[in-house]
Amino acid sequence: MQSLRDLYQEVILDHNRSPRNCHLLEDANSTTQGFNPLCGDKITLYVKEANGIIEDISFTGTGCAISVASASLMTDYLKGKTVTEANHIFHLFHAMVTEDDHEAEKALGKLSVLAGVHEFPARVKCATLAWQTLRAALEHRNTTVSTE
Amino acid sequence: MKFDLDKCRADFPVLEQDIHGYPLVYLDNAATTQKPRQVIEAISQFYLHDNSNVHRGVHALAERATSQYEAARKKVQRFINAPHAEDCVWVRGTTEAINLVAHSYLMPRLKPGDQILISALEHHSNIVPWHLICKKTGAEIRVIPIHDNGELDLAAFAEMLVPPVKFIALAHISNALGSINPIQTMIKMAHDHGIKVLIDGAQGAPHLPIDVQALDCDFYAFSSHKMFGPTGIGVLYGKSELLNEMEPYQGGGDMITEVHYQYSEYQKPPLRFEAGTQDIAGVIGLGSAIDYLSAMDKTAVAAHEHELLLYATSAIQTVSGYRIVGTATHKASIISFVHDTIHSHDLATVLNSFGVAVRAGHHCAMPLMERLGLTATTRASFSFYNTASEVDRLVDALERAKEVFL
Repeated sequence: MQSLRDLYQEVILDHNRSPRNCHLLEDANSTTQGFNPLCGDKITLYVKEANGIIEDISFTGTGCAISVASASLMTDYLKGKTVTEANHIFHLFHAMVTEDDHEAEKALGKLSVLAGVHEFPARVKCATLAWQTLRAALEHRNTTVSTE
Repeated sequence: MKFDLDKCRADFPVLEQDIHGYPLVYLDNAATTQKPRQVIEAISQFYLHDNSNVHRGVHALAERATSQYEAARKKVQRFINAPHAEDCVWVRGTTEAINLVAHSYLMPRLKPGDQILISALEHHSNIVPWHLICKKTGAEIRVIPIHDNGELDLAAFAEMLVPPVKFIALAHISNALGSINPIQTMIKMAHDHGIKVLIDGAQGAPHLPIDVQALDCDFYAFSSHKMFGPTGIGVLYGKSELLNEMEPYQGGGDMITEVHYQYSEYQKPPLRFEAGTQDIAGVIGLGSAIDYLSAMDKTAVAAHEHELLLYATSAIQTVSGYRIVGTATHKASIISFVHDTIHSHDLATVLNSFGVAVRAGHHCAMPLMERLGLTATTRASFSFYNTASEVDRLVDALERAKEVFL
């Protein structure tokens, strides 16, 4: 039961009940779909990026408490960050939920509430869906930028 | 002979364990069933004493292995009342059986504009193989609709039996909702229009008596692991006249009569479709599972499973916030349900923390979920070794889940 409480902490339940940044973003310059074919969870991520800075970010979609809370926390955390920072945070987050990396957990501040996921291997993909979608969004953006 | 539940449970060693401090309640039988000690021992005996390849070699072990292997085929024949043992082809499972029929039987007979009927309830394994051959031939899929309760719309089906339809592929029992489809009636209707029918029996074989001659189905496919046998082995039954006119599915050893550098001659069915060394231990394990099932009082077992279905159905409905999806009149002991606000994956994680194993997700039936306007359900699927007190444990955990989330 303790690990269940670690997984479903009050912060996560709150972000699931009232997800932040859960809406369309009219002036997004990248819109990316994320899909987990194993469970059917879907997310659309909207990113408005200028001069290497994530000025605004939001999402829509359906999913379990972990995937919704993760998307909500991620968008809250990344608003105002640079793309370089976001890529670094992606790797830290991945290490935290897959490898129980305490250094990463410490560095991630508010996002560390999702550290309990590493005890539930079947749920790791729920937590990383939004992040994988973000990476696809940022890679696409970078590619576009570099070809211009 | 009466069904002794305690004695039966004692045959399944895996059930005797705790999960997170609670005795395991295994309710994921539609995904795979547990294996009785007799099956595990039959496989172990084979490897300990009789291991050899089959159909070649004159030594003692080869003879023992071959005789057990072919004896298992006869057990399958009796289990589904096939006219001949040769009508039963070893495959890896239901999925491979359906792919075999799609490629060897149907694909050479399709032309652009032809239609294949499937139902709205199908598992991906009875959808995607047909997509593959439609892509190659220009044929199309049409879907027999369902009513909201998960029953097939037979009136619509009758209207769909028109000349472009060349084949029908239909689940015996829906793996996601538990609906038992009226396949005997539907096969008769199809045959009245000269259309051949394949039945996906993955869920039928563990829950219902199968008589392929009474059903008059053209093909019947099922998996060993969903009926208390090992994984990796299954059966395709086909009417002998159809199997005889089918080309091989794969080429290799054991499926030929003679091989030259430029051409080869093929064996008769079933060997024609069994290229290479098969899962011999799996075949023997499946034979043992059939022995186990055959020794049971089928009427008593069916009555017990039906009681579990009725008890669990009413018990789940007493917990506020949960809704059962799929309320067909004729159902096997498979129950899908959703909660108003708790996602099925979160629910399954919480149930697991109380030792209750269920399945959450789309159950490899994404089009069905789309039809029902859902992305996922939680599914409790029961077998004869489950008990009424395990239903109570499920219901108790459903209540506790609400405490976590609400």
